[in-house]
Amino acid sequence: MTLISKALVRIANSFVSVLGSLILVFCIIYLLPGDPVLSMIDPSVATPEMIENLRRELGLDQPFYVQFAEYFTAILHGDFGQSLINSDPVLPKILMHFPATLILTLTSTVFSIVIGVTLGVLSAIYRNKWIDILARLVGLFGISMPTFWSGILLILIFSVNLNWLPAMGSDGWKTLVLPSLALGFVGAGLIIRMVRTSMLEVVNEQFIVTLRAKGLSERVVMYRHALRNALIPAITIIGMNIGEMMAGTVVIETVFSRQGIGRIIADAIMAKDLPVIQGVIFFSAIVYVIINLLVDLSYSVIDPRVRRSH
Amino acid sequence: MSQLLDIQQLKVDFTTKDGYLTAIRDVSFQMKAGETVCIVGESGSGKTVASKSIMRLIDYENGKIADGNIRLNNVDLTQLSQRELRAIRGKKMAMIFQEPMAAFDPVFTIGSQIIETILAHKQSNKEKARERAIYLLQRVGISDAELRLKQYPNELSGGMLQRAMIAMALALGPDLLIADEPTTALDVTIQSQILQLLQELKTEFGMSILLITHDMGIAAEVADRIIVMYAGGIVEQATTLQLFELPHHPYTHGLLQSVTTIDSDRSKELFSIKGSIPGLSDLPSGCRFHPRCPYATERCLNEAPPLLDVNNRKSACWYSEELVKSDSWKKPTLQTTSGSQRPQKKEQSREKLFTVQELSKFYPLGNRTFSGTSSFVRAVDNVSFTIEKGETFGLVGESGSGKSTLGRVLLQLEKASGGKVLFQDQDLSKLSNKDLRETRKHMQMIYQDPYGSVNPRWKVGDIIGEPLQVHQSLNKKEKRIRVQELLEAVGLNKNSSERYPHEFSGGQRQRVAIARAIALNPQFILADEAVSALDVSVQAQIVNLMQELQDDLDLTYLFIAHGLNIVRHISDRIGVMYLGQLVEIAPSEELFKHPAHHYTKGLIGSIPIADPRHQRELISIHGEIPSPANPPSGCRFHTRCPAATARCREEQPLFREIDSGHWAACHHPA
Ligand SMILES: Nc1ncnc2c1ncn2[C@@H]1O[C@H](COP(=O)(O)OP(=O)(O)OP(=O)(O)O)[C@@H](O)[C@H]1O
Ligand code: SF4
Ligand code: SF4
Ligand SMILES: [Mg+2]
Repeated sequence: MTLISKALVRIANSFVSVLGSLILVFCIIYLLPGDPVLSMIDPSVATPEMIENLRRELGLDQPFYVQFAEYFTAILHGDFGQSLINSDPVLPKILMHFPATLILTLTSTVFSIVIGVTLGVLSAIYRNKWIDILARLVGLFGISMPTFWSGILLILIFSVNLNWLPAMGSDGWKTLVLPSLALGFVGAGLIIRMVRTSMLEVVNEQFIVTLRAKGLSERVVMYRHALRNALIPAITIIGMNIGEMMAGTVVIETVFSRQGIGRIIADAIMAKDLPVIQGVIFFSAIVYVIINLLVDLSYSVIDPRVRRSH
Repeated sequence: MSQLLDIQQLKVDFTTKDGYLTAIRDVSFQMKAGETVCIVGESGSGKTVASKSIMRLIDYENGKIADGNIRLNNVDLTQLSQRELRAIRGKKMAMIFQEPMAAFDPVFTIGSQIIETILAHKQSNKEKARERAIYLLQRVGISDAELRLKQYPNELSGGMLQRAMIAMALALGPDLLIADEPTTALDVTIQSQILQLLQELKTEFGMSILLITHDMGIAAEVADRIIVMYAGGIVEQATTLQLFELPHHPYTHGLLQSVTTIDSDRSKELFSIKGSIPGLSDLPSGCRFHPRCPYATERCLNEAPPLLDVNNRKSACWYSEELVKSDSWKKPTLQTTSGSQRPQKKEQSREKLFTVQELSKFYPLGNRTFSGTSSFVRAVDNVSFTIEKGETFGLVGESGSGKSTLGRVLLQLEKASGGKVLFQDQDLSKLSNKDLRETRKHMQMIYQDPYGSVNPRWKVGDIIGEPLQVHQSLNKKEKRIRVQELLEAVGLNKNSSERYPHEFSGGQRQRVAIARAIALNPQFILADEAVSALDVSVQAQIVNLMQELQDDLDLTYLFIAHGLNIVRHISDRIGVMYLGQLVEIAPSEELFKHPAHHYTKGLIGSIPIADPRHQRELISIHGEIPSPANPPSGCRFHTRCPAATARCREEQPLFREIDSGHWAACHHPA
């Protein structure tokens, strides 16, 4: 199969995933207990007629499939609905705040990859030496520490005590550093482990012996050959990791009082603002699927066996 | 004394979790410039460790040189730092390995891996290095060198990769080439091509070759001198002629007797050295060969014999000198196998167990929705034959010829694309799943790697007992008794049912697999490369066991293997496959004596002969097996056949009986 046809298959699959997530989100919210109308108006002052009118106005009296069909057609027209709280249209709001979240996700990802791959490789090369033990500790902390906890810890150290970096806000690169660290830490933990394991495996492969027998230096053997092979399985983790990061912004944006869609959804959940929740989840699903698609395609760039398998 | 390589008292230790293990000790030998020396010995004897130590590659594993010196051109390699060694590795000495596919980095092109070697050693520029790489690839017989340069390892065949590996090793014109079983993973046809190539290059590049092999035939054909290793030490060292003429060490003696040749007596059991090679952690005292040695005495138990000069050669046995004089020793002529006579086979019943009619198995190639064309790999293409009750039917052919697929389709493990398989006149494809399951009780399988096909966490008793569990309602006690019976039947201790597979040697694990296969008293066993991974002496034990069981239990075998001599020994009739088709069927001896199809002839001609006095043309079939997705027209073998004519290119030869019981598909049979 050619690269193009492979990419087409992947893209088709992605569409299915997006549609699936749309249906799933809609079902879950539909089945959720609690009446969204009651959260919009104060039931102690509203008459039953008012509630009924509002419900009809929002189309919530329609059967499930009609509601879904309407929602779906609207989405195809780029209409994600309006906020129940302040009637703002959902999509523009998401689009306005998305860049901030995207930047946070990307910086966190870059950070987690840099730390993860570096420590993972060093820890495999210097197996059981102090640097390996350190890297494994970092990995363990990264995986087991909740982000809000490490976020608060970073604020305490670098903002409150050292006063090096701002603790909150979303203006300027300085505000980006601490949240990216807190968020990237989790991914770094996973990547360290993955890269370490896969490096240790690769180093035992026969071709490493050949490379040494050719008289290549250890530096070339490790960083040119072993690392490239070890990264292949690590890419999957990195891809999944980006999703994790996006999810993590919900907490981190709140902890660091940043703007972003993580923050929007957190607020929307508090307020039971269903169209916003729906919109953000659906939007993130699309982004997630796109990222995964890119990761998948990047496989074939790094691994010729995927690229040219016929 | 211009020694190229001089190894003195080499001792190599490995650090393991149980402490130090000495893998080889007291290894001393020399090589002159231009010499070819072979190290032979069974698995685990330390051949690879010895060769990796010369390159000082064991430093990167958990090993270290504990004692001794290795001098290459009078430079003591044991004294050099890794940095200094790097200048020598790849330049003065180079190495090639057993699995060419595993020996290349899969994510870089062949070209970049060769070029990087050249650049690492010289100030040669990239362009020059590339030209050199192309020259080398052409020299080792790779066509379209420029194109191959840009290909990745998975895009080349095993034979081609081994050639590329040789090209890479020769890149800087080394003085010493170490080849660790370079042909073991390849077909006999490709093996003889590679051996021939190595011989040519040796003269052309003026190097010495240290060749490691377990095949005495290969050693006989290429070596000037042979070193025999056993359990981490050298037991004998002699010129090739000397060694085959009159081996001096009982182990060498046994090894030579275990060799099956194309003219040994099939009615005799195969000779085998009893027992198996000991592990490093439980080496016997005194002479390490004593538990397996028929001549061992009290002294052998306590005192380790040093490698001494006897009759112009070296042997590590207290009694070499006397033994070689005795009558019973004599020269182990390869023509007469010294095993005991097997009971005569019962008169063939001529009853057909399997009838295969026009059987085909095609695998779709790639994804048809996108490429538009539908192409197939014709793994098995219109094959008809029968297997008679009580016989052993052997199947040979290069890898990719469809042997294993045929076996799997025969047992309905995969659905045929066409044709049918009758088992005792019953069409297997017509059976319901339930009936098929019932019938399959009568057909069992043994594979190459029994360890891979059983759950390593199961006890041996459970592995053998599983089929009983599934198919028979025995109570616990009956089952235990049956398992003990089976263990004894395959020559294992009946109390081993509580042990785990990893506690057994390769040969013993294959016995476990056999016990499991015969648990339900089947009529038929498919043995797919069942002995291929085993050492000669162990291989002989397993083949003898299989034949014994066949006589006792009235079994029928389909024996698939690439080791032609062993197939010849065990089979009554043999089928030869090429590109999915049967090209010849004949009784075993007849096939080897009078091969009719030129492919069969070439295959037989490729078998290395364990007799240094016998000189043969090494290459008997040129080229490699074409892709089964796109087989040549007419006779599929015409692209490689020395006797091909215009007719062969156009007209597919019929599979016809050219002599009673001898079938072949060839327009111009030999
Ligand atoms: N890295 C290692 N750590 C511990 N033991 C090892 C190591 N490498 C090899 N050995 C042991 O050293 C012994 C000799 O092994 P070696 O690979 O040299 O045998 P060989 O003669 O090459 O066998 P084969 O024919 O199977 O290739 C074996 O018992 C093996 O288990
Ligand atoms: S020393 Fe003894 S045990 Fe060892 S090979 Fe010689 S006779 Fe056999
Ligand atoms: S048919 Fe022709 S090409 Fe085929 S084996 Fe016979 S002689 Fe060779
Ligand atoms: Mg070896």
